[in-house]
Amino acid sequence: MMDPAFAEQAITLVILLLLAAVTVGIVRVRGLFAAVVLLGAYSFLMATLFVVLDAVDVAMTEASVGAGISTVLFLGALYLTDTKEATGKARELAPLAVAAITAAVLIWGMSDLPEFGSADQPIHAKGADYLARSLPDTGIPNVVTSVLASYRGFDTLGETTVVFTAGIGVLVLLRRRSGQGKS
Amino acid sequence: MNLITGLMADATNIATIFLMVAGLYVVIARGNMVKKLVGLSLFQSSVYLLYLLPGKILGGSAPILDPKLTVYANPLPHVLILTAIVVGIGTLALGLTLVVRIKEAYGTFEEDEIIARDGAKAGEQGDVA
Repeated sequence: MMDPAFAEQAITLVILLLLAAVTVGIVRVRGLFAAVVLLGAYSFLMATLFVVLDAVDVAMTEASVGAGISTVLFLGALYLTDTKEATGKARELAPLAVAAITAAVLIWGMSDLPEFGSADQPIHAKGADYLARSLPDTGIPNVVTSVLASYRGFDTLGETTVVFTAGIGVLVLLRRRSGQGKS
Repeated sequence: MNLITGLMADATNIATIFLMVAGLYVVIARGNMVKKLVGLSLFQSSVYLLYLLPGKILGGSAPILDPKLTVYANPLPHVLILTAIVVGIGTLALGLTLVVRIKEAYGTFEEDEIIARDGAKAGEQGDVA
């Protein structure tokens, strides 16, 4: 019988490698249709990884919203515009330098983060102990739900405000378009 | 087994940074606006991963309480990232709508062609004045 902690680490590594491979594909591919489909595969891999990381609610949302709705939005935009990408001239050096510097700074900044998967990290020891409080306070066994809807309800209200605003923006932009089409 | 455990300490962080930086590279290097939004989505998803990695405890389980279990992942990053995913889809929809409008107004959604057309238009107006 394999040690479950070891199995989790091995699966995480394998999925991270797959994610890296899909990312290289997205960076290198020319043609927007292929890039969008690869992005859907990337989101599904990410959702699988979230299941391994015990974030089941996030995995479900990522699979439905990230891989589903955003792919549909991208395909709709491609239908209204064009799937061809200009092969154009190379502008490679400056972006590569910016990316490399950002990566170096991030690796330096994250070098003293706690080890992956260990239980004695500040994130688990400090802060509000939602795991202990959830059941007596709210009676909901799924702690993510109780934090989202009860303890951080105002966060969720703000989120709906943002989505509402974005929806109004999309409607206004698309209405002007159809109005111009008629006149 | 020790090799993988030792590798894991850095591998998760480095892989996450690679995914993030690849998204940043696509946003800067590609002139096509839909491709830029694809890069932005890559960047966003890897930030979700960055938030969720520290919440995990090896051998633990999802934060759904059950008398049989004792070790759970930290639920707070999950809540924050749920919010982030939904807000991300809002901004993506708005960005794609803007791309559609730009394509209709300019006939192209390549960044350098749009800048060239704007420059030409400004030059004409300068000549008239």
